[in-house]
Amino acid sequence: MPARDTIFARIVELIGPLNKKAVPLAEATSFSNDLEMDSLTVMDLVANIEDEWDIVLPLNMLPELETIGQVADAVARLAK
Amino acid sequence: MIDLLDKFDAIAGERQAYLDAGGRDPVGVVMSKVLSPTRAIINGRETILMGTYNYMGMTFDPDVIAASEAAVRDFGAGTTGSRSLNGTYTSHRECENALKEFYGTKYAMVFSTGYQANLGVVSTLAGRGDYVILDADSHASIYDGCSMGNADIVRFRHNSVEDLDKRLGRLPAEAGKLVVLEGVYSMLGDIAPLAEMVAVAKRHGAMVLVDEAHAMGFFGEHGRGVTEAAGVEDQVDFIIGTFSKSVGTVGGFCVSNHPKFEALRLVCRPYVFTASLPPAVVASSAVSIRKLMHDHDKRRRLWASTRAMHAGLKARGFTLGTASAESAIIAVIMPDQMTTLAMWQTLLEAGVYVNFARPPATPTGTYLLRCSLCAEHTPGQIAEILAAFDAAAVAVGLTLPAAA
Repeated sequence: MPARDTIFARIVELIGPLNKKAVPLAEATSFSNDLEMDSLTVMDLVANIEDEWDIVLPLNMLPELETIGQVADAVARLAK
Repeated sequence: MIDLLDKFDAIAGERQAYLDAGGRDPVGVVMSKVLSPTRAIINGRETILMGTYNYMGMTFDPDVIAASEAAVRDFGAGTTGSRSLNGTYTSHRECENALKEFYGTKYAMVFSTGYQANLGVVSTLAGRGDYVILDADSHASIYDGCSMGNADIVRFRHNSVEDLDKRLGRLPAEAGKLVVLEGVYSMLGDIAPLAEMVAVAKRHGAMVLVDEAHAMGFFGEHGRGVTEAAGVEDQVDFIIGTFSKSVGTVGGFCVSNHPKFEALRLVCRPYVFTASLPPAVVASSAVSIRKLMHDHDKRRRLWASTRAMHAGLKARGFTLGTASAESAIIAVIMPDQMTTLAMWQTLLEAGVYVNFARPPATPTGTYLLRCSLCAEHTPGQIAEILAAFDAAAVAVGLTLPAAA
């Protein structure tokens, strides 16, 4: 199972190309409020995260994944 | 008190700024008279309609209108009740019979709109612990059906057989699975590789639902849709459709051969908790559906016009949603919102109505001028529309690359 900090670092890399306004990416950075991502962009990002760790992050789970830290926690829980 | 409407200030302000600058509202078009399936009066000007879903031009069919008139006279203006209570008349049953004949299925269920058909069927079939696997570009009604239900929702990359396969492979073998596909995707007008996708879904033990809203009437030998054209009718568990496109009225439906299908009438909330369609609508829909079964000539004309329109736009250098005409929808891909709006307005003022489409209806970041053909469009109208596109592109300064 990959370490939580490795997961966080990789998620930050995956967000990179979508971070048009160069917002600092931290644990509490919010996808909608800070990164101003629309729902389509978030869903595309989630697809990349699923593929990175070969996991399933169902769309109905997204309302609970508001920040980068919360996504890292979810990946850490699901990744083998 | 928190004003709950404050959250819409940004989008309302964007629209107001555009209107204040003299722009015409792309979501505020009013038709003061409809002359035929392809012509209407908009802002006092006769306009060619190149942005309706009236693919088969059934809205003014004399038999369809006669059925509607007879039904309103004999059964009244509305049913004032649910299909489950006082809202099922002979004409609702007759409409379901017409669908069963059209699709060659054992069962058919008519909803009050196509939106409600997807909302109801998707949310009811897949429950807690089940999975819905849907295409990323699915229609809002499919996404909303997912939100309404309790299943886990998995999204795969648009039209990617490989991605569907990979994502199905990650799900527990023992879980119930519903793969939701569309025959024609309505924004870019591309069709799904249904034969391959259905094979993958079945290999993973999933049930398959195909929304044929934009394909009914002119795909496949009997006009049943992309499912028929791809030869997978016996593999698809549920077909969803609508009357508001080729049929020319309004309403939605689901057809199936599943022996337990009728149970849905008892448990599907968007079917039970809404008023049924007015008698005039179901009576005219039934007539239209039966006529569509045999209208090979209209199908031929629709495809001919579609190919002419696609080839004409392509030759002029416009960027299109598909390399060739895959369906009766031709999407012109535009560079940005302001150019799209300017060109949309220029076309309208020149007497051509097309659809303005933007995210989130369209795939991420895409602005479209969407054309959709009708069997009743004449070669003269197509030529007029192409000339209007030429002039509008010049007027808004849209640079077109050398013709493909």
